[in-house]
Amino acid sequence: MSIGLEHYLILSTILFSIGLYGALAKRNAVVILMSIELMLNAVNIAMVAFSRFMVPVLLTGQVFAIFIIVVAAAEAAVGLAIIMAIYRSRETIDVTKINLMKW
Amino acid sequence: MGLIIAFWILAVVAIVAALSVVLLQNVFRAALCLILCFLAVAGIFVTLSADFLAAVQVLVYVGAIAVLIILAIMLTREVQWGSPSNKLRIPAFIVAILFLGAVSFAMINTQWPVSSIPPLEPTTAALAGKLFGEGGFVLAVEIAAILLLAAILGAVVLVREK
Repeated sequence: MSIGLEHYLILSTILFSIGLYGALAKRNAVVILMSIELMLNAVNIAMVAFSRFMVPVLLTGQVFAIFIIVVAAAEAAVGLAIIMAIYRSRETIDVTKINLMKW
Repeated sequence: MGLIIAFWILAVVAIVAALSVVLLQNVFRAALCLILCFLAVAGIFVTLSADFLAAVQVLVYVGAIAVLIILAIMLTREVQWGSPSNKLRIPAFIVAILFLGAVSFAMINTQWPVSSIPPLEPTTAALAGKLFGEGGFVLAVEIAAILLLAAILGAVVLVREK
């Protein structure tokens, strides 16, 4: 049995679902950010798999994956900076206790 | 044959590591499992003959983002507090399972127009042509540079001592 496009897509979906569960169900802000990184990685796998199996010589999916990695790096830097700023002013990174803007 | 074995090993490692990220109570161990998951994804890229992306994955994710996350865990001193779930744990689980089922169903039942051409083997030169060449993504590369600069400045401003 050879490995086809579906295998990679199912793997990507499983990783995305795990990340989705973590992002929705966790209270620690750093763990939520880690789950978001998991989801971005899952999308990258899907992009590269589509690129490999549908347009093998065009590499468009790999270009998109590179831009996703760029945005993920920027997002991690800004997100962790926000978490540090919140921790400095409120002494917690529990997202259920950070409810200043909730009414 | 080797490709098939490598795919299954890497897939199992990636899924187990991802599950440990969301299930482990120790945040630091969860971050280490996240690094393992990034490495497994880099291996998956190798099996997809995306050699340049595998190297970028190791450099950016394992080298930079993982270090940032571990630094944040150290600086916020929340390791002993753990990573508890909020009260939406069951609905979140149901949403994730429903998403998994729906997307898997759609992906298995779609007839993908799979091409039989063998992939490009060293992708670095072809990717450079795509990114910087004629009719490529030069504008997006420039915008990405501005985005990274803005992100660096924003992070510095956010964590600066008042």
